[in-house]
Amino acid sequence: MTQRRVISVIVLNEHGVLTRITGLFAARGYNIETLTVAPIPKSKYSRLTIVTKGSPRVIEQIIKQLHKIIPVYKVIEHSELVEKEMVMAKIPLEERLADVEALCRAYNGNIVNIGKDSAIIMAADEPQRIGNFIEALRRFNPKEIVRSGVVAIER
Amino acid sequence: MADMSGAQMVVEAMRREGVEVVFGYPGGAIMNVYDEIYKHRYFQHILTRHEQAAVHAADGYARATGKVGVAFVTSGPGFTNAVTGLATAYMDSIPLVVISGQVPLSMIGTDAFQEIDAVGISRPCTKHNYLVQSVEELPRILAEAFYIARSGRPGPVHIDIPKDVTAQVGPFNYPEEVRLETYRPTIRGNMRQIKKAVEAIREAKQPLFYLGGGIIHSGSADLVRKLVDATQIPAVETLMARGTLPYDHPQLLGMVGMHGSYAANMAMSEADLLIALGPRFDDRVTGKLSEFARYAKIIHVDIDPSSIGKLVHVHYPIVGDLKAVLEEMVPLVEERIDPGRYQQWRQTLNHYNELHPITFEDSDEVLKPQWVIRRIGERLKGRARIATDVGQHQMWTAQFYPFTRPREFITSGGLGTMGFGFPAALGAKRAVGDGEVVVNISGDGSILMNIQELITAVQYRLPVINVILNNNYLGMVRQWQTFFYDKRYSETDLSIQPDFVKVAEAFGGVGYRVSTKEEFDQALDDALNRGVVALIDVVVDRHENVLPMVPAGGSLYNMLLEYKD
Repeated sequence: MTQRRVISVIVLNEHGVLTRITGLFAARGYNIETLTVAPIPKSKYSRLTIVTKGSPRVIEQIIKQLHKIIPVYKVIEHSELVEKEMVMAKIPLEERLADVEALCRAYNGNIVNIGKDSAIIMAADEPQRIGNFIEALRRFNPKEIVRSGVVAIER
Repeated sequence: MADMSGAQMVVEAMRREGVEVVFGYPGGAIMNVYDEIYKHRYFQHILTRHEQAAVHAADGYARATGKVGVAFVTSGPGFTNAVTGLATAYMDSIPLVVISGQVPLSMIGTDAFQEIDAVGISRPCTKHNYLVQSVEELPRILAEAFYIARSGRPGPVHIDIPKDVTAQVGPFNYPEEVRLETYRPTIRGNMRQIKKAVEAIREAKQPLFYLGGGIIHSGSADLVRKLVDATQIPAVETLMARGTLPYDHPQLLGMVGMHGSYAANMAMSEADLLIALGPRFDDRVTGKLSEFARYAKIIHVDIDPSSIGKLVHVHYPIVGDLKAVLEEMVPLVEERIDPGRYQQWRQTLNHYNELHPITFEDSDEVLKPQWVIRRIGERLKGRARIATDVGQHQMWTAQFYPFTRPREFITSGGLGTMGFGFPAALGAKRAVGDGEVVVNISGDGSILMNIQELITAVQYRLPVINVILNNNYLGMVRQWQTFFYDKRYSETDLSIQPDFVKVAEAFGGVGYRVSTKEEFDQALDDALNRGVVALIDVVVDRHENVLPMVPAGGSLYNMLLEYKD
C-alpha cells in the first residue's frame, strides 16, 4: 500500500548535510519525488521538503532514519498542510499570449519576462494543479518547463 | 589555554579523553600528528602493519573495555584500508574515533597524491563523520566525536583532517561538556509503556527473553540476570549477547538463529510474548520473517528508535537506554510476577533441549573442531577473552564455548568480517593486560587475512594465542556448497597452505601443528606457560558441518538437525 508523503526536515546548515539526507534515501532504496532546500531566515538551520512514496512501514523507517542523522534537528511528517509548487515555462512569441496569460492567472501566475523570441511564464499552485496547468500549457508548444518541487507548511 | 597547532590539539584531546592507547599507521598527510606523538607520549601508540588491523584492534579494545577505541591513519589508501574496520564497528555499534589525514584544504578536489573523498566513503559506515575545515573548529569536533561515539547507540565516528589544518595554530577551546541541539538520545523509557510491558509479562503464559547486543553495550547484564532470576522466564541470546547469562544458567536455552539451539529456536516459534532487550531482529536470527514468532506479542526495548518496528511489528515499543529502563522494570517485575506461572512452559522447553541438545559426535581418529573449543573452555573458562574470525569456527565457538560474562566474546556479528579476529584480539589483549589470556579462534581461511599482525603482537608483547581450526577449506562456504550446491566446491578448497609453524617462527612467535587431543593439550599448555605469541595449527575433520542449521530464508522451527551424506 504505497502512499505519498510530504516530509519536512530541519537540518543544521553545514556542508555535506544534503548528501547525508540524499545518501540515506539512495542507500536504502527510498524514493524521492521532489526535494527542495533553503535556509530558514535568521537561523543556523535549513529546511528540506521531501515528497516521497512508500508503504506505511517504509515511511516510518524513513522518518526514524532521518532522525538518526546527527545534524537533523527535526523531522515533520505532514498530515495537515498547505503545499505549493512553482513552475516556469518558455512559450514561443508566435503563440496567443493573451490566452497564455489568462491560463497563468487561473493558476496564480503571470507572464514574467518577454525576450527576443519567447515569453517566460510562471505559476504557483498545489502540486496536482501544477500538473493540470502543464497539461493545459501543451497546446501553446512550450519550449522548456521547469518545476521547483514542493514546499509545504503546516496549517 | 594557549594556542596550539592542529596536531597538538589532536594529541591533547586524547589526553583529555583519557585515551591510553592508539592503534595506527603513519603516512604523508598525518605526519604532523605523528610528530606530536613522538614528542609527547601521552598515550601508547601501537603500530599495526595494516590500517584495517589498526581499526579492528581499536575495535577489539573497545569491545573488551566498553571505552572508545582510537585509530589514526593517513589519507588515500591509509583511509580506504580502514573502511572495513569502520563498517565492522558500525554494524556492531562499537564506539570508535578514527582520525585520518587528508591532503591540504587547497588541494582537495584536485585529485592530489593520496587524495580520496574520505567522508564520502565513510558516511554510510559511520555514526557520524567530519571533514575539518579550519583549526578553530577542530577542538569542538574532537570533543563531539568522542561524545557521539560513546553516547546513545554507540558507533564509530570518523574525522578527516587536512594536513594544513594540523599545521595551523589556533586557540584550544575544548568543551568541558558537549551538548548538541540536533542529537539527544532518549535515555529514560516511557514509564507508562514500561508498566504496560510488565502487565503483558504478567499475563503471558509462554514468555521468552530475547537478549541482544544492546545489553553488552549498555552494561546491563547484571540487571538482566536479576530480571531472569526473578521471573524464571526462559531466555535466548543472540551472537552479540553471548555471556549475558552464564552458560550454565538454568533459564538459558542457548543461542538463537541460523545456528542456534533447537530449544532456543522452538521457544521463539512457540512463545506468546517476546521480551526483546537490545536485539535488532537480524535476518540470521529471525529466519523467515512471516513465520517469525508468529504467536507472540513483542516488547522491544532499544535506544535506537529506528531498530524498533524496522522488520517486525512491535506491540510494546520502549525507546530508552536499556540500563535505565531495566532499573525501572526490575522492581516492578519483582513485585508483580510469580515465577511459578511459567512452570509448564519451562518444562516444554527443557524437553526440547533434551530432545536435540547442541552436540557433536566425537572421534578418536580425527580431531573434531567442537572438541577443541570445548577443551579451550575447560581450560580457560572465566579467565580468557575469546575472539573469533568469521565462519564455521565462529559458530562453533558461539555454540560450544562456556561463556560466563559480558565482553568475554569478541566477534564480528553484523558485518561478518574475516580477518577481524587476530587484530581485535590484540586490542583486547592490550586492554586486559597480563591478568587474562586472549585466544583468537580462527580458521585457515580467516587467519591469512591479517596474518601480518604477528609482528605487531611480537613487537608489543601481546601474547595472543591463535587457534586455527584447519580443515583445508573455506569451511562455511564449503558447507553451503555441500548442502545447497550439489557439492560443487567452487574455490573453497584450501589444500595449498603455508606452513603455519614456520610462519609463526618467522615472525618471532611460536607455532604448533597438532592433530590429536594429546598434542593439542600439550601445545595449549606450552603456549600458556611461555606467554608468547602463538599459532596452534589444529588439523580437524575436513567435513564437519555446523549444525543445527536454519537454511537462509527458512523458518526457525524448520531446522536441519543432521546431515547424512
